[in-house]
Amino acid sequence: MAKLEIDGINKRYGDVQALTNISFRVNDGELFGLIGPDGAGKTTLFRILTSLILADSGEASVDGLDIVKDYKELRRHIGYMPGRFSLYQDLSVEENLNFFATVFHTTVQENYHLIKEIYQQLEPFRTRRAGKLSGGMKQKLALCCALIHKPSVLFLDEPTTGVDPVSRKEFWEMLKRLKQQGITIVVSTPYMDEATRCDRIALIQHGQILSIDTPENIRKAYPKKLYRASAPDNFSLLERLRELPEIDSVFLFGEYLHVTLKKDDKKPKDVQLQLIEPGIEDCFIDLLRQK
Amino acid sequence: MKQFWAFIIKEFEHIFRDMRTILLIIGIPIAQILIIGFAVSTEVKNIRVAVYDPSNDVSTQLIINHFESSRSFEVVRSLQSPDEAERLFQQNAFDFALIFSEHFDENLYHTGEASVQFIADASDPNYGNTAVAYATNILSDYQQELMQKAMASGMNSANFRIVPQVQMLYNPEMNGSYNFVPGLMGMVFILICAMMTSIAIVREKESGTMEVLLASPVKPIYIVISKMIPYFLISWFILIIILLLSIFVLNVPVAGNLIWLNVFSLIYILVALSLGLLISTLVRTQVAAMLASGMGLMMPIMILSGMIFPIESMPPVLQWISCIVPARWYISGIRKIMIEGVGVIHILKEMLILTGMAAAIITLSLKKFKTRLE
Repeated sequence: MAKLEIDGINKRYGDVQALTNISFRVNDGELFGLIGPDGAGKTTLFRILTSLILADSGEASVDGLDIVKDYKELRRHIGYMPGRFSLYQDLSVEENLNFFATVFHTTVQENYHLIKEIYQQLEPFRTRRAGKLSGGMKQKLALCCALIHKPSVLFLDEPTTGVDPVSRKEFWEMLKRLKQQGITIVVSTPYMDEATRCDRIALIQHGQILSIDTPENIRKAYPKKLYRASAPDNFSLLERLRELPEIDSVFLFGEYLHVTLKKDDKKPKDVQLQLIEPGIEDCFIDLLRQK
Repeated sequence: MKQFWAFIIKEFEHIFRDMRTILLIIGIPIAQILIIGFAVSTEVKNIRVAVYDPSNDVSTQLIINHFESSRSFEVVRSLQSPDEAERLFQQNAFDFALIFSEHFDENLYHTGEASVQFIADASDPNYGNTAVAYATNILSDYQQELMQKAMASGMNSANFRIVPQVQMLYNPEMNGSYNFVPGLMGMVFILICAMMTSIAIVREKESGTMEVLLASPVKPIYIVISKMIPYFLISWFILIIILLLSIFVLNVPVAGNLIWLNVFSLIYILVALSLGLLISTLVRTQVAAMLASGMGLMMPIMILSGMIFPIESMPPVLQWISCIVPARWYISGIRKIMIEGVGVIHILKEMLILTGMAAAIITLSLKKFKTRLE
């Protein structure tokens, strides 16, 4: 059963086409990732799905509720954590949580089991004002507040942006456990390496969806063989490779160069190329190149 | 209901945890009321004059003519008795009374001395002072004329004195605070209610919390109403402080009914709150909210409410515009009920206008209030 159905959503801001014909489904209990760089349209899509803004055209339903007609009922069923930290900085951890519990017609005690694991880490700071928490702690508190009413669908807009790598890893662990409790989660992130933690992902750029599938299938669909090269001076190597006639594309990935060839087996002679598995980012770049 | 309470408590916490907010809303009114405003001298026009003329002789007629031909005065009615003056004053039928003594002409020519009484409304001391000064001028002009005439006709003991007896109604000591306190109240409530409410609502938009709240089952209107309540209560508290300060520090007594004074003020506070709500629906940032309430509300109040410049001496266009400034009605009503001490029946018009304004602005802002982000 589809928990989320999106059909032909378009949104325009002045001259900018923010979203173009977005359609996809998210299944019940799925951890769905919306992967794309800043400005791809992720936040706009989230706001449309959480009934915060209206699309220009297209339809969508969340948990069987139309996002326009049934918006009041819809707001009871969803949990939303915006990209920017959006809790009251001058209220304490505890006060924020209690406030949001009340707002959602519930109490912290009632759904404590959902947030217990996360909240325990916050417990030592429960009288501290939210504005004085570290980035990772803020995200945990925001997640608690978005979860406290046991939403059936949870929308997390870039929850790991600006969070240290350890906290990011922890955060994904938490999402995995929430998924096990039956909550459908839609999460967006600009970090391609986080894509593999999702059940399925949609790659989005310039308001258009490039591909939707499991991370595994997206990687399998990579059309070419991918090679890795490296040198003490990657930049000069990059320059040199771009000149070679056999080379199709070269991109810098951290300390390596990722290289594809015009003909998969026709390697240039004097370069050490090592065959590797493509990552999501390789797929993303390839999809962009195809466009 | 529980939700609603949570909101109100949260709002109080926001206010009390921010020292700047507290200083702004409590400190400013106190500072302002303690620093008494400057006396701004202004030209006064179209002072409505009522005349009591028991003598009805040549001299009194000539003096009345002088008043009538003056740019500053306008004779609007004649009175049947001196007592009537007081009564009609309260109804605001005129601003200045000219009471001649009996046998004015006779006295003037036989004893060389006659008296006339000026009664001026000095709840606005500026206005009262200026009116009396103008009237005294007219009178001495007339005296001069008389003497010249007498000299010309060969009378030698040409010494006529018309003695004006000045009576300032409502504010006999010409205490500046009498004018300042109602004006200050008109301003402070706009500052606290309109500015602080709009800033508080817009702050939620700016910090992103509005996004979370809108995506929750809270009725959006609860969000705003719960913002208004704390500021309503704080404004009431400040009203009490202002009244205490004006009674015990500035020696401005509250002449009228204290309960109606409060009721009337609370209506005005409601107008100010709804203005804040309206502003918050129109702007996106706290700075814009501050500018809108600062420039859009404070300036008209200072200039068009009669706080500094008497409305009666404004050009007609500005007088019409001043009618939509709520503070104009509030200040005029407060002057009547607090300084003049008249009954509530005399501020009925002001009360009805302010109530109508509150209803209209609230309706408008609820229509403009969005249940979504844009």
